[in-house]
Amino acid sequence: MSPETMTLFSPRLAARFDALVEKYPLKRSALIPMLLYAQDEIGYLSDAVVAEVAQRIGITELEVRNVATYYSMLRFKPAGKYNVQVCTNISCMLRGAYEVYERFQEELGIGHKGVTSDGVFSLEEVECIGACCWAPAIQVNYDFHDELSPELVPSLISSYRGKAGTEKKVPHA
Amino acid sequence: MPRLVSHPDEVKIVTRRFGLGATEIDRYIELGGYVSAKKCLEEGSDWIINEMKASGLRGRGGAGFPTGMKWSFVPKKSDKPKYVLVNGDESEPGTCKDHLIFLHDPHAVIEGAIIAGLAIGAKVGFIYLRGEYRYLIEIVEKAVADAYARGFLGKNIFGSDTEFQVITQSGAGAYEVGEESALMESLEGKRGIPRIKPPFPAVVGLYGGPTVINNAETIATVPHIFEMGPAAYAKVGSERNGGTRLFSISGHVERPGVYELPMGYNLKKMIYEVAGGVRGGRKLKAVVPGGSSTPVLLPEEIDLGMDFDQVGKAGSMLGSGGVVVIDDQTCIVEFALRTISFYQHESCGWCIPCREGTDWLKKSLTRFHAGFGVAKDIDNIQYLAENMMGRTFCPFGDAAAMPTLGFVKKFRKEFEDHLNGQPCPFAKHVELAVI
Ligand SMILES: Cc1cc2nc3c(=O)[nH]c(=O)nc-3n(C[C@H](O)[C@H](O)[C@H](O)COP(=O)(O)O)c2cc1C
Ligand code: SF4
Ligand code: FES
Repeated sequence: MSPETMTLFSPRLAARFDALVEKYPLKRSALIPMLLYAQDEIGYLSDAVVAEVAQRIGITELEVRNVATYYSMLRFKPAGKYNVQVCTNISCMLRGAYEVYERFQEELGIGHKGVTSDGVFSLEEVECIGACCWAPAIQVNYDFHDELSPELVPSLISSYRGKAGTEKKVPHA
Repeated sequence: MPRLVSHPDEVKIVTRRFGLGATEIDRYIELGGYVSAKKCLEEGSDWIINEMKASGLRGRGGAGFPTGMKWSFVPKKSDKPKYVLVNGDESEPGTCKDHLIFLHDPHAVIEGAIIAGLAIGAKVGFIYLRGEYRYLIEIVEKAVADAYARGFLGKNIFGSDTEFQVITQSGAGAYEVGEESALMESLEGKRGIPRIKPPFPAVVGLYGGPTVINNAETIATVPHIFEMGPAAYAKVGSERNGGTRLFSISGHVERPGVYELPMGYNLKKMIYEVAGGVRGGRKLKAVVPGGSSTPVLLPEEIDLGMDFDQVGKAGSMLGSGGVVVIDDQTCIVEFALRTISFYQHESCGWCIPCREGTDWLKKSLTRFHAGFGVAKDIDNIQYLAENMMGRTFCPFGDAAAMPTLGFVKKFRKEFEDHLNGQPCPFAKHVELAVI
């Protein structure tokens, strides 16, 4: 895409995408990281995101959707600004992950894939996130929090709530 | 930041630089880094492969295939470019070792990839990390950029006329993408549906070119082998199982963590001495020895050397080295249910025995755990799992069926205790089955 082309993305991300499609032996290899980075900035894979990514890679929107629906981190609806992902898989379950998850449900008043009415938080029960030895573990967006307990949940929530007003976008965008 | 642990029985080879600031390239070099790659560049392909064979290193991704032999399968001449692919998808529940490698020693992965490239004659290597590991991808990307800046990567590595490029890649959440052919599909921008084999990746892999795919720990081990010499490395481990392994010990132990222990290290000692024993002085009920897809072991079965052959002989697998310890307050039916729920969620859906089998197993176990089971369900669960074995397109089907079979066979009594309107004897997390 030439620099003058209309784009949904910030100049930084657009430039990154221009580089990304050149990086691989095959342009299409850029698809999955591109969708993830686009989602990080826009919040979700809106129709417009799908259309622009399809155009950048040179495949149809249908092909983009076909691939995107396979991957559990990619979503077609907005999540909260802070997406709380609680691992309840075996190692975490053994060390109290369900109790942590239940506490998040109570404190936030939402369930699996729910979003708080102010849009600040969303909650998700997820599969193993590769932090089994530091269980129970969660991720808030891309940040890991290890060795949690239900008692630590309220302060974790308030620390993110405090940041919500000052941080403009999700981290890593 | 994940906690690092330590124990006197550890033999720190791969973890040698952990916690020493080796993410910085100067520090990595100070600690002996990039010497092995330079040496391999001088010695050449045949020498590298022979040394690798002599080291006895077997793949740390799960199957334990001898790495040197895998590299030797790549044809010398090829019309299509060859590739090295580092598998950092790390998604097997109970496993978090590659996490620490990327966090503490990313250059070891890069250096190992260079050596693999020299061995097979590849000019490009990919390092694929699961999407959740974003902070680690950033660490690896910086390390790659630094290695380029020093001329260790690029058109003329270490001032030679040999080229080697490294490209990092992010996944986006999918366990099945850890399977080698599904990983290649994903890297080509597709759904992670596995490919039919043969042809094997060593002949037709990424973009149709011959490809060597190895786990991140396998690759990170490679430079150390050339540093200490293959014979010395092999000697650390047990028979036909060279070197050490990063064991992720999790669950009900006093000191969970990733420990680097010699291959063949005794499992009982690993739990009771290295990891401090069962939490709160409770009794041991069961151990999953190599990640969630490996069949469970009973307390009387754990006087066992942890290498691929010995664990195989005991009826389970060393797998990814994820040791999950379960105490006597745990409901095995619930544990089996949580395990199969994972496989049901992650099945790619391509073939019927896996797609339908995981679905029915989850439904049956949900109902069973909620106290709505009948006696014949136990046999049915076993029958279902047995009929998945060996009948699926990729090894995922076995990975889902094997642990289920283990739980039903070894804990049948506990299944029976859930019968006839009795809810779970441990009364934990019972939800009414909505099926
Ligand atoms: C369902 C499934 C998931 C897998 N996940 C991983 C993984 O996350 N990481 C990995 O290195 N290997 C994984 N493997 C094994 C790979 O297919 C492959 O054997 C391995 O990366 C080869 O590397 P190695 O020879 O160094 O072990 C998986 C296999 C299957 C069947
Ligand atoms: S066994 Fe499961 S994961 Fe593998 S191809 Fe079949 S459906 Fe997909
Ligand atoms: S089981 Fe929770 S991080 Fe692995």
